[in-house]
Amino acid sequence: MLQVRNLTKIYEGGVLALDNVSFEVPTGQFTAVIGLSGSGKSTLLRCINRLIEPTTGQVIWNGEDITSLSEDEMRRVRRKIGMVFQHFNLVHRSSVLTNVLAGRLGYINPTWSLLNRFPKKDIEKAMQQLNRVGIADKADQRADELSGGQQQRVGIARAIMQDPEMILADEPVASLDPVLAHSIMQYLELFNREDGVTVLCSLHFLDLVHRYAQRVIALNEGQLVFDGTPVEIDDNRFREIYGKDAERVG
Amino acid sequence: MEKTLNGSDKPAATVKKASWKASILRGSLFALAVIVFAYGFKVTRVSFDQINSPSRQESLTRVLRAIAKPDLVEYEEIETEVGLSVVIPCRDGVPSTAPADPEQPYIVMTPPCADPRSVVTLEGVNFKPFSSGPIFFIPPSEVKLKMGDFETDESGSFKVEAKLPPRPDTAMQRIIAVTRVNVGSPHLTQTAFATWEKIIETVFLALLATAFGIIFAIPVSFFAAQNLMRDITIPMSSLALSVLGWPVGMYLGGAVAGWVRTQSERLIGNPLLTLAGLAVSLVVIWLAGRWAFPAEEEERRPSLALRIGRIAAMLVAAIMTIFFLYLLADIAVVAGDLLEDALGSFGYLGAFVSSLGEILHLLVALIAALVGGAAVSGMFGRLGTLLYRSLPGKWIFVANLVLGAAAGAMIASLLAAGLNWLYEFNDSTKVFSLFILIGAGLGALTAVLTRKRDAIPIGIVIYNITRTVLNVLRAIEALIWVIIFVVWVGIGPFAGVLALTLHTIASLGKLYSEQVESIMPGPLEAVKATGATRLQTIVYAVIPQIVPPYISFTIYRWDINVRMSTIIGFAGGGGIGFLLFQNINLLNYRAASAQMFAIAVVVALMDYFSAWLRNKVV
Repeated sequence: MLQVRNLTKIYEGGVLALDNVSFEVPTGQFTAVIGLSGSGKSTLLRCINRLIEPTTGQVIWNGEDITSLSEDEMRRVRRKIGMVFQHFNLVHRSSVLTNVLAGRLGYINPTWSLLNRFPKKDIEKAMQQLNRVGIADKADQRADELSGGQQQRVGIARAIMQDPEMILADEPVASLDPVLAHSIMQYLELFNREDGVTVLCSLHFLDLVHRYAQRVIALNEGQLVFDGTPVEIDDNRFREIYGKDAERVG
Repeated sequence: MEKTLNGSDKPAATVKKASWKASILRGSLFALAVIVFAYGFKVTRVSFDQINSPSRQESLTRVLRAIAKPDLVEYEEIETEVGLSVVIPCRDGVPSTAPADPEQPYIVMTPPCADPRSVVTLEGVNFKPFSSGPIFFIPPSEVKLKMGDFETDESGSFKVEAKLPPRPDTAMQRIIAVTRVNVGSPHLTQTAFATWEKIIETVFLALLATAFGIIFAIPVSFFAAQNLMRDITIPMSSLALSVLGWPVGMYLGGAVAGWVRTQSERLIGNPLLTLAGLAVSLVVIWLAGRWAFPAEEEERRPSLALRIGRIAAMLVAAIMTIFFLYLLADIAVVAGDLLEDALGSFGYLGAFVSSLGEILHLLVALIAALVGGAAVSGMFGRLGTLLYRSLPGKWIFVANLVLGAAAGAMIASLLAAGLNWLYEFNDSTKVFSLFILIGAGLGALTAVLTRKRDAIPIGIVIYNITRTVLNVLRAIEALIWVIIFVVWVGIGPFAGVLALTLHTIASLGKLYSEQVESIMPGPLEAVKATGATRLQTIVYAVIPQIVPPYISFTIYRWDINVRMSTIIGFAGGGGIGFLLFQNINLLNYRAASAQMFAIAVVVALMDYFSAWLRNKVV
């Protein structure tokens, strides 16, 4: 269970990115976060694993207030939260396998990992995950030699390597074409169903929301403006979320 | 509306006005430029009289001709003397000056005899065409007195007017013309060999300075990169305790190293025992390390007993590492000396191993002190975090105040010790107490100013300090640093290596750090999100991104260092510059020219080589 309580983020310079946002996500749910660009979706996801420090408010996960944890304790929480990014955020010059193994960094001993040594079972596991997303044959290639869809699959494999209980996906398909978008979303769905991973995924296209999400929360200028199921988003709701002049596409 | 009506002539007026203003502006800019350049001519003493003066031009011609003939190859020379007996002053019984063999070279003096100091004409016949050489007067003492030089024409004759020396004598005296003829094939001169030796020294001087520079510049560059340092913050109590932890840890580390050293010395002299010690300590380090650092961290925090056990194992591993390093250093010195004797002309390999051993020996204590300082500082810092998290607000403030004052006092007393060493104060107690008081005050003030729960942005502080130090080091040229190092390690290439190293650290540190600042932030964020530590983030997200620019900058710097090392000898830093400087001062332009050519060739080759390497690697 993830509980977000009165979360507010004000950036240096006074930009209000999140304004008193509160919601709960039960374990194992696939939740979509929608809203215009700049509405605070990315900030919300990053405040949950504290890549961005929230200004006020609490994030309580499995009963633990993670906003008050020390950096060291936060590391132990972060390793249970996988993250998938819009621009994949792979290390280009490293091999695909190394990129996937990076998902284990929170678990293995820092001293050994500095020497680029990973336990054998982690390497086997990385190969398994690459197999699962269908690019095991690319393991030794450099990450930047892969196409966009393949890179995002590496990104997902990296997140899954963490044995996550939750995945935060920040517009994971916004840089991909519609066909690839569905294939990537299907992997997230697979891990949500098979491994019981909670997924919190920000999305732009409502058809993807209808197809994959069990629940939707919507942000507008940092405020939570909608919390419900995808079918509840009718034209009125749509205008509330995206503004009066918006038109539905797809 | 009005504007549009009057629009037709108004814009024209503004255009005219603008151009009038612009021409005044242009005119005054031109006048200003004239003044600036005129003043420039005055202060730099631009003088065309000097350029046109015949004597200057003559010297210039001489120097340029010497430079065009670098002293690189020479021929074996055969000297032949052609003599003429003369009597000075004239008296009876003058022997015939007719040549013995009119086919052979001979000299005729006109008149056949003369008084001292009188001018005579010397004519030579049958010499080699277009040859030249000196003419000497040889009195009975056989000490040659130079009378002049001759140059033969196409028929092999010459005619020279010369003054007889003031040496009247009753005995026969001689005048000789010496011709020098090149024979055999050309061979390299002494200068060429010396230049070759020094240019090799120069290239390696640059190589070593670059290599040493990289070792320090890489870690420094991370401290000088804003994107890595920006988010590092630390609670006041933790900061103060870590500052206090450093000297304690360094002292402990040094003391442990000293103790281990006396233990290791017992094994020296017995090579078998030393080797056994090396093997045993390696095994112990491996086992203790494996146990203290498990491959995967536990899900839960381990029990207190286990943690204490692990710390003990780490300590054992650390002590054994010091032991191992001392033994390694000793064995390297002994083996290096043996190798130096055994390897003959490759003896420098042995000397290298031996000096590596000596360097390691010196460094172990330093490393132990630094590691000890870092470890204790880290432990104290954790204690500070614990205080910060467990104490109630009021007590945190008190703790911050006390610890901040103590830390400030400590930093200030170190500063005072440094100043005292520099200035040798008369009343050092007073200075120390004053500094400690001010330091404690500043520490306490910091504690007051940072509100109880605020963290100190220590990363930005370290970043700024690193940047400042780098900028100061970089502002001072290597040519100036070498003067200080010459005082320390003596004239020679080693001083040059040290000076160039310092400059390399400063400039590479800055160039590298700018590369770190321009990496893509995405991978950094992604690796951090997996729960990686800061160090892991650097290894997995930063380093892969900076390898190509680092290599490129390093090659570029080596290139610069080769060029710098050619002149660092001017200030006593070894390399070819020393030779060049000497020859220029001795007005030996042909030798200087040889060195100038060598520098030009090496710098050009380095340029091509580094361009090629950059293409290959990056």
